[in-house]
Amino acid sequence: MTGEDPTILGRYRLLQKAGGLAAPLLTAAMAFLVGGLVIIATTHKAPWGVYRGIFNGAGLNWVLPWISAADRTNAGYNLQQTLLVTTALILTGLAVSFAFRCGLFNIGGQGQYIVGSVFAVWIGSSLAGLQPAAHIVLAVVVATVAGAVWAGIAGLLRATVGAHEVITTIMLNWTAVWVASALLGQGGPLQGKGGADNPISSAVAEGAKLPVIWGDPLLQGLSIGIFFALVALVVYSLVTNRTTLGFGIRAVGKSNEAARYSGIDVARSTVIAMAISGAFAGLAGALDILGWQFRLSVGDVQASQIGFIGIAVALLGRNSAVGVGLAALLFGALVTGTSTRNLDPSVFRPDLASNLTILIQGLVVLFVGADVVVLVVLGRLRRRRA
Amino acid sequence: MKRSRAFAGSGIALGALAAWVALPPFAVRSPFVPILIAVGAAGAGIVALRAGDRRRGRLAVAAGVFGGSLGILATFSSLEHLDAVLGWSALLAAMLRYATPLLFAAIGGLLSERSGVVNIGLEGMMLTGAFFGILGADKTGSWALGLLIGIVAGGALALLFAFWSIHLRVDQIIGGMAMNFIALGLTGYLFVDIYGDQGTPDIASIPDVHLSFLDPIPFVGDVFGQLNLLTWVALGLVPVIAVVLYRTPVGLRLRAVGEFPRAAETVGIDVFVTRYAAVVASGMLAAAGGAYLSIGFVDSFNQNMTAGRGFIALAALIFGNWRPFGAAGACLLFGFSTALAQRLAVYSQHGGIQIDVLFQALPYVLTLVAVAGVIGRSIPPAAVGTPYRRQ
Repeated sequence: MTGEDPTILGRYRLLQKAGGLAAPLLTAAMAFLVGGLVIIATTHKAPWGVYRGIFNGAGLNWVLPWISAADRTNAGYNLQQTLLVTTALILTGLAVSFAFRCGLFNIGGQGQYIVGSVFAVWIGSSLAGLQPAAHIVLAVVVATVAGAVWAGIAGLLRATVGAHEVITTIMLNWTAVWVASALLGQGGPLQGKGGADNPISSAVAEGAKLPVIWGDPLLQGLSIGIFFALVALVVYSLVTNRTTLGFGIRAVGKSNEAARYSGIDVARSTVIAMAISGAFAGLAGALDILGWQFRLSVGDVQASQIGFIGIAVALLGRNSAVGVGLAALLFGALVTGTSTRNLDPSVFRPDLASNLTILIQGLVVLFVGADVVVLVVLGRLRRRRA
Repeated sequence: MKRSRAFAGSGIALGALAAWVALPPFAVRSPFVPILIAVGAAGAGIVALRAGDRRRGRLAVAAGVFGGSLGILATFSSLEHLDAVLGWSALLAAMLRYATPLLFAAIGGLLSERSGVVNIGLEGMMLTGAFFGILGADKTGSWALGLLIGIVAGGALALLFAFWSIHLRVDQIIGGMAMNFIALGLTGYLFVDIYGDQGTPDIASIPDVHLSFLDPIPFVGDVFGQLNLLTWVALGLVPVIAVVLYRTPVGLRLRAVGEFPRAAETVGIDVFVTRYAAVVASGMLAAAGGAYLSIGFVDSFNQNMTAGRGFIALAALIFGNWRPFGAAGACLLFGFSTALAQRLAVYSQHGGIQIDVLFQALPYVLTLVAVAGVIGRSIPPAAVGTPYRRQ
């Protein structure tokens, strides 16, 4: 991204070889630092206290050995929620990363996630009495395919008429939001039959709920969904680095022309890359519905940010599987730790904090784009130490 | 060639007809009529495409899809409401109101892209203008100062983007998305911090211009008699920008920098200064559009209230082939579809499903159709998206 400058690129490569973690870590640190300045400027509170409140709200204090047993139980609940959000963020992060490898910027993760959620709740709440395993598989597969198709529209438009995927995916996002709102809203076909006036779907059947591996199934315990996400990370890594398909996609991402000359079908790669991206996001929607949400409301659809945060996850994780996993954990903790349920309101107002999450996310994207800045800061730090 | 042109022309006309028959005074009630006519329009377009007239052929196909969908939607609305919805003059006035923010942002995007910088951050700059506009109007008690503060805030965000994309040569798409997120987070944060649960208070809003001399003229008076000040400013900006772009040295320099920066620098044009100026101007214009939304149109602020309008403006810009009048025409088209969707929505209830909610998707779907239908024909500035390095 920093382009053709040999010295900067050279140093960047060196940095990645020597300790690739340094740049992302510093990027995140800078984003939190600026976020802290905003906290000081607006509320005159010590950002350290706010960040610690978020840390505890996310349940990350569970790993600390010295907290009391009661605190640990509570932290366990919080950490389970953090990991649930991490699960979704890994997948929406991969949705962005995979397209990036093909040189495409998929901002449509949000819409693909919504489409996946809608199909998951539709399959999950109908067809009661189906074999549980079959029900889960069916719902997951249908939602994943739906996400793939939704993203595939943008891929197809890019490949055939050259419509920029940033604009088309944004439009698909808003289309998904409003169509889902109509389906789930008053009188919509997916609105639950029980609560007469609530714009919310029926709950998914018991058999379609994912088994919980840690915690209480009634208190949003951690489901097996996280294994889906971890497997997806491995699949992502293998497909991009070890298969012909992945090679073609990366070649197209590096240079359309060169790929075309070497006989790669650029249009086909573009559509497939977008479709696979969308499949990841659609899967995220399915796991959230079957794993802990169980219902989908118009409010959920309109307020959800999971797909958008995936952009920051992918950028901070530098499109590597390990990086995406770690970045998803960071943002999963931020989202959970700033939620109304988990953040102690005496520490900081949760509705402020959730906006702080978006701001920090924006700063991460800003700083990730500017490797140069990070490198300059790093260089100065080193010089000072020397 | 002549026959293909005739086919394309009749296709476009049929597309318009598909929408027309479903509206008063004809008000056909069966959706099949507009569908049939729209198929005819698309067919004529395809014939023209086959015959080699790609530009008009695509336009005819797009007109068929566009007119057909509008026509089908209109048949959903109940008859007595159609008259209320479709007082044509009221509809056109609403079109101008909805098009105003798009016009500002699209003209801003035009300047930026013509100088070679893709400004995906228009959306965020609009949102910034919307929030700081209403904040300024609230604190100073004056809409003019509020507008100014909004514009300055949008310019400041654009300056940051300019530094990132021009000096640091960051990928412009990623930098622009960063602007969108930062604007979303920052305005949301400040909105909750300052206004909390109460929402924004009543403010001095940007006034409408009442042209009383138009009142006696039946149609024109209804459309143009009572428009917002900024709507007139936006409409006035289009020819001004067109003249600046194509008839002045400044415009020539701007276009040169966007097409071939190396050559421009060789003849003594400062590429960096030109691009900085263009990007900051684009941010200020987008912010003016955002401020119009908050203090000229709805008189309040909500988190993420721009709702993708910055991106629609970007699509309008591409649809309009990076030309002022083309972009303005596309903005009016999108404004019209939004106005129609909003006004139809108020009056419709069809079967169980809430049609009004579904209608909210219409502007986005039409943008998608428009982008897909015409984009292959539009030619962006040659150097757009590539950072410039001095030698």
